[in-house]
Amino acid sequence: MRNEISASRVLTDGLFRNTPGLTALIGMCPLLAVSTTFAAGVSLGLASLAVLCSINVLVSALAPWIAPRFRLPAFLLLIAALVTAVDLLFAAGWFELYGRVGLFVPLIVTNCLILARADSFAAHHGLWRALLDGLGTGLGFTVLLGGLGALRALLAPGLQVASLPAGAFFLLAALIALRQLWIRQRGAA
Amino acid sequence: MSDASSERPLIPHRAGGARNLAGLGVIALLAAVLVGGTWHYTRQRIADNAARHLLAEISTVLPASLYDNEPHKDVILLDSGSGQPLPVYRARRNGSPIAAVLTVIAPDGYVGPIWLLVGITADGQVLGVRVTQHTETPGIGAAIATEPSTWLDGFAGRSLDNPPEPGWAVRADGGEFDVIAGATVSSRATVGGVRSAVQYFRTHRNELFAPADDQYAE
Repeated sequence: MRNEISASRVLTDGLFRNTPGLTALIGMCPLLAVSTTFAAGVSLGLASLAVLCSINVLVSALAPWIAPRFRLPAFLLLIAALVTAVDLLFAAGWFELYGRVGLFVPLIVTNCLILARADSFAAHHGLWRALLDGLGTGLGFTVLLGGLGALRALLAPGLQVASLPAGAFFLLAALIALRQLWIRQRGAA
Repeated sequence: MSDASSERPLIPHRAGGARNLAGLGVIALLAAVLVGGTWHYTRQRIADNAARHLLAEISTVLPASLYDNEPHKDVILLDSGSGQPLPVYRARRNGSPIAAVLTVIAPDGYVGPIWLLVGITADGQVLGVRVTQHTETPGIGAAIATEPSTWLDGFAGRSLDNPPEPGWAVRADGGEFDVIAGATVSSRATVGGVRSAVQYFRTHRNELFAPADDQYAE
């Protein structure tokens, strides 16, 4: 536990200041493929959130016992198991929704956002901060997926391209540009 | 991701090797327990959900008032020729055939295959048609799957006598079926899929209502 950062900072970093989808541009595959409707975006976002929180807590607890050279296979094994569990729970609890986004749930394993948070954050921090980081990052991702989904569903009837993957790229680019603009204006003021 | 390893020796000393492997083994065990436990706990719910979902899907092309059996459990599988088994759900009343719901893959959609459910009465009339899976262009070809669909409802009551076989095509090809504006190729594929279901039903009717088994019918 080196230079401990404040708990609220951990939460807001993932949620807003450092939202992975808009800053690091990771996790693009589900972001663009699934965000066709609000419900689909939010449900995949929440599935990712559940995996993020649980993997962060597990990694934070187990990290001292995992040798550095074995950490990637160990983390991936845990991520794969957690995603499988979330996939099964999703199918058991929300079957109709699962029918539409289910294809992308197992793919959460390959979302480098998860491995990145586990390896770069959770492995070096305590349980509480690891959980908050999972919550913040997961919520940030969920808001982005849901927002993009709502935006695309809203635009699709008039603007056909919004429902296609190309439209998702354009809208994401617009969101990133807006965010940058906002940050610069705030910096100048 | 390299900052984590830089704090610890990159290659652990020999004595740690076995312990490291044991640690990985413990994690593998943990993962196995997690997956196994969740599977055990959710297995029945997922199976129930799937059955309920399937029955709801079947009921869109087969009114529940017509039969008294469980068509989603009275299934035979047809071999599509490409290794993809195509289930046929049979509806019976007092044991005698009432209708069958055929799963059809229309291979010639604009983008890819179009999956259809076609409900057909025992005497060969179409009860209803639904598109269950497709990859047609959103907003264009995908219009074939928009619900509710007066276009798909237009298949109800059709049979190989209504219209006679040459009429089983879209108007552009000299047939009697309308196309959805802008979606000629997808419409043509759908009409072709329903036609092949009706034709198959006529030539294989008795086999289609054969007692349920788990083996493939030819």
